[in-house]
Amino acid sequence: MNKVLMSGNNIIGEAAIRAGCRFYAGYPITPQNELTEYMAEHIRSIEGGVFIQSESEIAAINMIAGASAAGLRVMTSSSSPGISLKQEGISSMAACELPGLIVNIMRGGPGLGNIRPAQGDYFQATRGGGHGDYRTIVLGPATGQELADLTMDAFDLADQYRTPVMILADGMMGQMMEPVIFKKPNPRNYPEKFMLRGAGSGKSKFIRGLLLDPIDSEGHNWKLARKYAVIAQHETRHEEYLISDAEMVIVAYGTAARIAKGAIKRLRDHGLKVGLFRPITLWPFPELKLRSLSSRVKNFLVFEMSTGQMLEDVRLALQGYANIDFHGRPGGAVPTPAELANVVAKFYNKID
Amino acid sequence: MAKIVFQHPQSLKHSIFHYCPGCGHSIVHRIACEVIDEMGIRGITIGVPPAGCAVLAYNYFDVDMIEAPHGRGPAMASGIKRSLPDRVVFSYQGDGDLAAIGMAESFHAANRGENITVIFINNAVYGMTGGQMAPTTMLNQKTTTSPAGRQQRLDGYPVKVSEIFSKIGGVTYLERCSVSSPAGVNKTKKAIKKAFQCQLDGLGFSMIEVLSMCPTNWKMSSVDSCKWIDDVLAKEFPPGIYKDEIAALKKAAEGRS
Repeated sequence: MNKVLMSGNNIIGEAAIRAGCRFYAGYPITPQNELTEYMAEHIRSIEGGVFIQSESEIAAINMIAGASAAGLRVMTSSSSPGISLKQEGISSMAACELPGLIVNIMRGGPGLGNIRPAQGDYFQATRGGGHGDYRTIVLGPATGQELADLTMDAFDLADQYRTPVMILADGMMGQMMEPVIFKKPNPRNYPEKFMLRGAGSGKSKFIRGLLLDPIDSEGHNWKLARKYAVIAQHETRHEEYLISDAEMVIVAYGTAARIAKGAIKRLRDHGLKVGLFRPITLWPFPELKLRSLSSRVKNFLVFEMSTGQMLEDVRLALQGYANIDFHGRPGGAVPTPAELANVVAKFYNKID
Repeated sequence: MAKIVFQHPQSLKHSIFHYCPGCGHSIVHRIACEVIDEMGIRGITIGVPPAGCAVLAYNYFDVDMIEAPHGRGPAMASGIKRSLPDRVVFSYQGDGDLAAIGMAESFHAANRGENITVIFINNAVYGMTGGQMAPTTMLNQKTTTSPAGRQQRLDGYPVKVSEIFSKIGGVTYLERCSVSSPAGVNKTKKAIKKAFQCQLDGLGFSMIEVLSMCPTNWKMSSVDSCKWIDDVLAKEFPPGIYKDEIAALKKAAEGRS
């Protein structure tokens, strides 16, 4: 496969189709429209491929839930306000253990906010987002290549754990063009027994999230919790960058992590020993990896394009073993690597 | 040998209905199952029950079913049907589910001409939540949230779903029936059968609105509830065929082939 130059939104679409996604439903919202348009243009030309421009985000998530139950690989995408609308359906898919991929190309919030890149949906994404005791696997890509790879992986994870998975990126990731090589997707492994395709001559099945008996419902909640515990144990991913001699480590994900890398290059040029810890899975958060780092590194700086959301996971991970500072640019503001380098240098110089 | 003239439908599970005495749901479940049996489509039918009294429909229908969040049945049914075009897919919805919280999903599934069937139970009240005002509640009808009776200036008008949906281009077949009398039950069964056949023939969106009793929340006896449908509800929501493009579409298809 040759290297091609594509925008992030198109990369997700192409990776999804290559991974066997055959059902997409979505509603236009900036800055993710290119993804909806890509699916409209390409998925219908594949045998069995379905594209529906839904009447709302709510309809879209329920359409993919239905198609997922019917046995297809499914995806929907939106941006922050639209993802809020999808939460009812995401909760329902988690309850009914339906696999599917939800892409959130985050924009500034709260409310309608703006259409600039932001990271204000971290809490919503990593804490389930909708009602009830559930989690979704959340992947935070930082490059065009990772958008392709993680999109493909997201479908496999969704099937493996029968759960909705979210790609959490932002307007910068969605709009930016980058070179990408599409890897060969894994063959799908999703047993037909989980699909609802008509009873044939056999026993009928039903899929439901409603469990009126509280003991049954409690059992279902614990079953889901056990599944999430397995995911948390086996599926964390992260990247460490220039960590080995670092006196200070920036913790950042997605676009913020790329800005941090640029800042670190500048800081290193001036002799400041700064590294990066980049969570790739935002849920499950690579908690133990970060904690083990605190045996040596005592100064961490969390940088987010928000007022400080992942910051709480970093605090939970480090458990007071190290100092934690924070720098945030919420609401669609994106700092330059130079600006961040100046901020980091000020914190760095206070280290005793 | 004796001829069997009446038996438990094979597609209806042997469970005792949880519905209140006099409720129309169990009648509609039964006749829908009779239709599924008669058409021999149990193995290819997928149903989508709603949030509402019929949420437990999967305890009764012996076909594959998946519960939809409140109002989202037609969106979910669209997803299933587009994925499995040769299956018979129906959503089963109440008046709140279809005409309040799920109006957008219902309207647009109809407008896209999704090749699904909607069985729409109109009993002019919210049943499962305890008798609140529905979009189809009659003017002056007392409910727990319209204690002085529904007032048009404050609460709006009863939503006439079949009248509105009959104007939607994507709708192929639309009939309003009632299960308040044996004749009405027979008519409803015929309508459901016609709707499923419309779907099997690939002719597009079909909906059967069923005026149905809710004695508990109407605070009436079962007999009075049937009477109230005939005397009051059916005057506001007249039964009849509101749209039937089946013959025209079939003719057009024959002309093409």
